[in-house]
Amino acid sequence: MQLFVFVCAAAMILVGAIGVIVRSHPVHAALSLILTLFGVAVLFVAQDAHFLAAVQVIVYAGAIVVLFLFVIMLLGVDKAEALRIDPVKVQRPLAAIVGLGLFGLVAAAIVRSRDSLVVRGRGIDIASGDTGHDSNIRQLANDLFSNHVFAFEVTSVLLVIAVVGTVLLARRPRSGSASDTSAGSK
Amino acid sequence: MFAIDNLLEGLTPSAVLIVLLKVVIVFVVGLVATMFMVWFERKIISGMQNRIGPNKAGPFGILQTLADGIKLFFKEDLLPDRADRFVFRLAPFLAFVPAFLVWSIIPLGGDFSNGKNGSVTMFGHRTFVQLADPPVGVLLLLAISGIGVYGIMLAGWSSGSKYPLLGSVRASAQMVSYEAALGLSLAAVMLVAGTLSTNGIVTSQSSLGRWHVIATGVVPFIIFMVAATAELNRPPFDLVEAEQELVGGFNTEYSSLRFALFYLAEFMNTVTMSGVIVTMFFGGPQPVKFNLGAVHFSGDLHLGFMNGTVWFVAKLLVFLYIYVWFRATLPRLRYDQLMNLGWKLLIPASLGWFMLLAAQRVATDNDWNKWTVNIITIVVLLVCALLLLAATRVSAKNREREGAMF
Repeated sequence: MQLFVFVCAAAMILVGAIGVIVRSHPVHAALSLILTLFGVAVLFVAQDAHFLAAVQVIVYAGAIVVLFLFVIMLLGVDKAEALRIDPVKVQRPLAAIVGLGLFGLVAAAIVRSRDSLVVRGRGIDIASGDTGHDSNIRQLANDLFSNHVFAFEVTSVLLVIAVVGTVLLARRPRSGSASDTSAGSK
Repeated sequence: MFAIDNLLEGLTPSAVLIVLLKVVIVFVVGLVATMFMVWFERKIISGMQNRIGPNKAGPFGILQTLADGIKLFFKEDLLPDRADRFVFRLAPFLAFVPAFLVWSIIPLGGDFSNGKNGSVTMFGHRTFVQLADPPVGVLLLLAISGIGVYGIMLAGWSSGSKYPLLGSVRASAQMVSYEAALGLSLAAVMLVAGTLSTNGIVTSQSSLGRWHVIATGVVPFIIFMVAATAELNRPPFDLVEAEQELVGGFNTEYSSLRFALFYLAEFMNTVTMSGVIVTMFFGGPQPVKFNLGAVHFSGDLHLGFMNGTVWFVAKLLVFLYIYVWFRATLPRLRYDQLMNLGWKLLIPASLGWFMLLAAQRVATDNDWNKWTVNIITIVVLLVCALLLLAATRVSAKNREREGAMF
């Protein structure tokens, strides 16, 4: 049963990932991305990481890809792109090199840590006596608000900076443009 | 791995049978409830508008939905020339499936007397009267309502037509905005209940005073109610299908069975959202118990195992009626009013209220003086509110000086 779920989810992830790259239509590529995200969520559930699975779907599938689609629709770039034309010449060879490098890195990591991956819970020690309904959240909260509380708070500051930066970039400069818009609107 | 139902741990034939039975019952109950809701809404709204409403098919016109369904089934299925064929066909299902999924985690009944926590015995197995009780119940709800956006969004876009596209862009902006308020108001419930599972949330509301609508202090309930109405795209937040502006909104190009699926999903969502409100704030299938000196009522209607279900349906009907009432009474909001309400009122209010509840919780845990903590929190919240108000004033004034953006 474990194997069956894993194979199905892995197939979902791979089909989605290939779809993101191969589909020439931006909306279809975004939909393929959702398939991949769902596959990852299924794998999380299979590993008893229910909270991560839910958050994966809420944040990535429910918010980020919706935003992608929203931007695609709003800007009207929803037309199939010709894959033959390469706008930046170095882009594709570079992508191939980086992709191969990443694959090599992951493969090396798996080969090195094979022993601890075989026995579940030895490499990443999460198993504990607490296996109740809310054990996932309890463990995460204990870890997040005790060991990593500084990183957690710093991340929130980072997010605030990002929001302020976005607002600042989106604002039009006051001088000069004010007269333009008033002329345009009246 | 099979955390959805502890019955499946052993995989005995009778356990599998129970789960299959539950799946069928939940699906059928969902469909029948939706059919009923369509009729109920039409009948009530016609009463409110001094009309008769459906009265031809069956007694009181109760089979009207069935007749409409059969009509839609035999209509021609149109595919617009400029539509994106695959996505156009996929979208109705993306709207329909999430609507049904929510139904599976709502406790529909059960025995809450003598500390049984809502479990019933079926063929020698103890089980809950809900399809699944996942550990992340409430989060699953939010995840599914997040997925529900796709159906509407892609339907409008894939039609290859202007008005549906406008409708779906409005829909996605509206639903994403209100999702935050929806989640934050539910966070207050989770804080009080101390669990995420829907069964646990219902169990924790064991008496009238512990219903979360009272335990969280009414404000989260009001925020949730407003945000849920916006999330459902129901009046007064139905800008998605504003007939006067957008023909029919995102589903203009749909006909036949695909249109029926959207229609079904819309009403199904209304029913499930009412079920969620009942579960989260009004004790779900818990009976109404009160003890006023001489008058004592244990909530037992002497209906055996149906007791919880009857209470649940009774509470559900109240909210279904309220939704119809909203539609008959309230005029549609303007788009900027919609966004202002969501971002500048509901989200800050739910965050502030959550902070107040959390402060109280910390105070009781540490044996601090409750009133000092409350006063300090309220002062902090008031300062925040004034700052927010000042900020919106300044930005409104700036906008006025710079002239209209559009």
